[in-house]
Amino acid sequence: MTMSEEIIIKDIIVGESEDYMINVGPQHPSTHGVLRLEVCLQGETVKYLIPHIGYIHRGIEKMCEFDTYSQIIHLTDRMDYLSAHMNNEAVCLMVENALQVEVPERVKYIRTILDELNRLASHQLWWAAFGMDLGALTTFFYGLRDREKILDIFEESFGSRLLHSFNYPGGLMHDVHPNFQKRTKEFLSYFRKKLPEYNQLLTDNVIFHQRSKGIGYMSKETAIAYGVTGPSGRGSGFSCDVRKYAPYSAYPVVKFEEKLRTEGDTFARYLVRMDEMVESMNIIEQLVDNIPEGDFTAKMRPVLKLPAGEYFQRVETARGELAIYLVSDGNKTPYRMKFRSPNFSNLFVLNKITAGGKIADLVAVSGSLDLVIPDIDR
Amino acid sequence: MSKMYDFSQLTGAIDAYLRANMSPGWAVFTELVIIGLVALLLYALVGLFLVYLERKVCAIIQNRYGPNRVGPFGLFQTVADLIKLLMKELIPIARADKFLFNLAPFIVIIVSFMTLAAMPFALGLQAIDLNIGVLYVLAVSSLGVVGILLAGWSSNSKYSLIGAIRSGAQIVSYELSVGLSLLTVIIFAGSMQLSEIVASQADGWWLFKGHIPAFAAFLIFLIASTAEINRGPFDLAEAESELTAGFHTEYSGIKFAFFFLAEFMNMFIVAALGVTVFLGGWMPFHVGNWEGFNQIMDFIPPLVWFTLKTFFVIYLIMWFKWTFPRLRIDQLLTLEWKYLMPLCLINLVIVAFLVMMGWHF
Repeated sequence: MTMSEEIIIKDIIVGESEDYMINVGPQHPSTHGVLRLEVCLQGETVKYLIPHIGYIHRGIEKMCEFDTYSQIIHLTDRMDYLSAHMNNEAVCLMVENALQVEVPERVKYIRTILDELNRLASHQLWWAAFGMDLGALTTFFYGLRDREKILDIFEESFGSRLLHSFNYPGGLMHDVHPNFQKRTKEFLSYFRKKLPEYNQLLTDNVIFHQRSKGIGYMSKETAIAYGVTGPSGRGSGFSCDVRKYAPYSAYPVVKFEEKLRTEGDTFARYLVRMDEMVESMNIIEQLVDNIPEGDFTAKMRPVLKLPAGEYFQRVETARGELAIYLVSDGNKTPYRMKFRSPNFSNLFVLNKITAGGKIADLVAVSGSLDLVIPDIDR
Repeated sequence: MSKMYDFSQLTGAIDAYLRANMSPGWAVFTELVIIGLVALLLYALVGLFLVYLERKVCAIIQNRYGPNRVGPFGLFQTVADLIKLLMKELIPIARADKFLFNLAPFIVIIVSFMTLAAMPFALGLQAIDLNIGVLYVLAVSSLGVVGILLAGWSSNSKYSLIGAIRSGAQIVSYELSVGLSLLTVIIFAGSMQLSEIVASQADGWWLFKGHIPAFAAFLIFLIASTAEINRGPFDLAEAESELTAGFHTEYSGIKFAFFFLAEFMNMFIVAALGVTVFLGGWMPFHVGNWEGFNQIMDFIPPLVWFTLKTFFVIYLIMWFKWTFPRLRIDQLLTLEWKYLMPLCLINLVIVAFLVMMGWHF
């Protein structure tokens, strides 16, 4: 009996049992998307939960088989829409490695800066929504206020704010706006002043400590067993930063720390993300003044055909490790494309770490995993 | 204390006029109708204004403008919202207990309406001056939980039921702290009559002349009463990130508006009760021997004083709602039973000792 069959049978049995089941989702304020959690309650206590996914399944992997490599980039935006740039970059890096194209240094620097800006924007939105999950509604407006500045930078350079599809195999769609460096530096000095506000409002709050410390404990073994990567895994002491282990773009030339915490609770995952925001700003600061002059793209053929074979590429998105496995038969479209999306693995640890907690803990823990539902369903 | 703003002259004149023109029975009936109409008007106006105020206050805290389109400074926004709610469809819920489902919002709103009767808004402006005024307000306001429980039970929704049960546990627990913290001042004042308590503060508010115990009691009252009216950070009954909207998830249109309005009026009532008991009710603010200052303060009508103080307390309640995260249900009950209640009891013993030894002002 396979795993999915077991779940289905359990589901049917559960449906007939006397357990107090509630559906959290698919329309629920704290699932942040169309995710359905079938939660079994005993009073206020969560006995176990079964995640039901697929409400926003668009068949991106299948669609990739009919699209050229430059078209695939536009699909990857729509997976983890808060790490759109990193998703794009994964496809681009894979195609460039397969064709053995040397990308100009300028492109590498700009890509890395944009990665980190995107990570910052994503973490800001996470912070905003996490506070709201815990009932501190003001965080939402603080987070979005600062995220807006980053989106303005994106808009100026790419013409779009969220799904920018700015990467292209071999380089970038076009050069960044002349204001790009100036505005990025402006943002950094602005956000360094605003980050202490975040700590005053939420991090130092006693109620917040009570709500997050010791809640949703995930051991390092659990994190590894379930493949929980990104800040969620690093909160449990699982060192899994792809930027360190398989550096790409300009990450080899920058100095940065991988933020690790060993407590493994909601508060640790929170602090890892807060530290990562500072670390992202450090990375951008090292790069933004040193962007080399040069072309914004390498010379590429108009029709890209990958040689027959298997290819693998992974990048660190704001939520963890995104890996792409591709089989090519030498045509201009892939034979098969598989995404290993970080949120899919991060979601399924939820049952393990929330069982036994309260309903409010479930909301806090799922908030601390920072799930983006379209990335789970693809 | 000046008599120039005594409302009993006005009410006495109306009473005399009515009694001169009709039989005593009809006069009393007419007076009741007048009081009812005034209270209804007050209820609607204060309720609508509080909704507007909350939206403005939270907007200021959240770096926003808040409502600013309908009318000057967006003042008519809540009126427009009310009209919208009035015209909305009342969605019938399948397999809901129709009678209880329809009854619940009325219980909640009538209960909050009834507490207005004993509130001393100004000198002589009080519908009934009960000799157990504090007890009456506490007893009646805690009946509201019946409406909330009925709403959760009859909605045929699991979210609503969880919200209602949470609310029940919460209100029953925090009722104790509210009562005990008010008892400290009752011991100081030696009366449960709200007008007496106000009169006893002519030479200084209990917050200032009640030593530290009165101040501690005020803080506990503020926390416990916030919990009792289901407001953040204790809004577990309608925790929108957990239970979507808690006990009123299934309500729509004007029935939802009843819950909404009652919630805001409960906030007003709690603030008014706190002001009456701790902050001198409609008494003006006096400072020791500053004769000139005190006389200027006397010129401000008591009704204005009462309103200003009440809205100050309301602002405090709003302020921490929009700043703090929500507590969890077990932490909420721990806070009450392990910290606030014992503190209240110790506080009460200290106050009793102080009064017995005659050490208070």
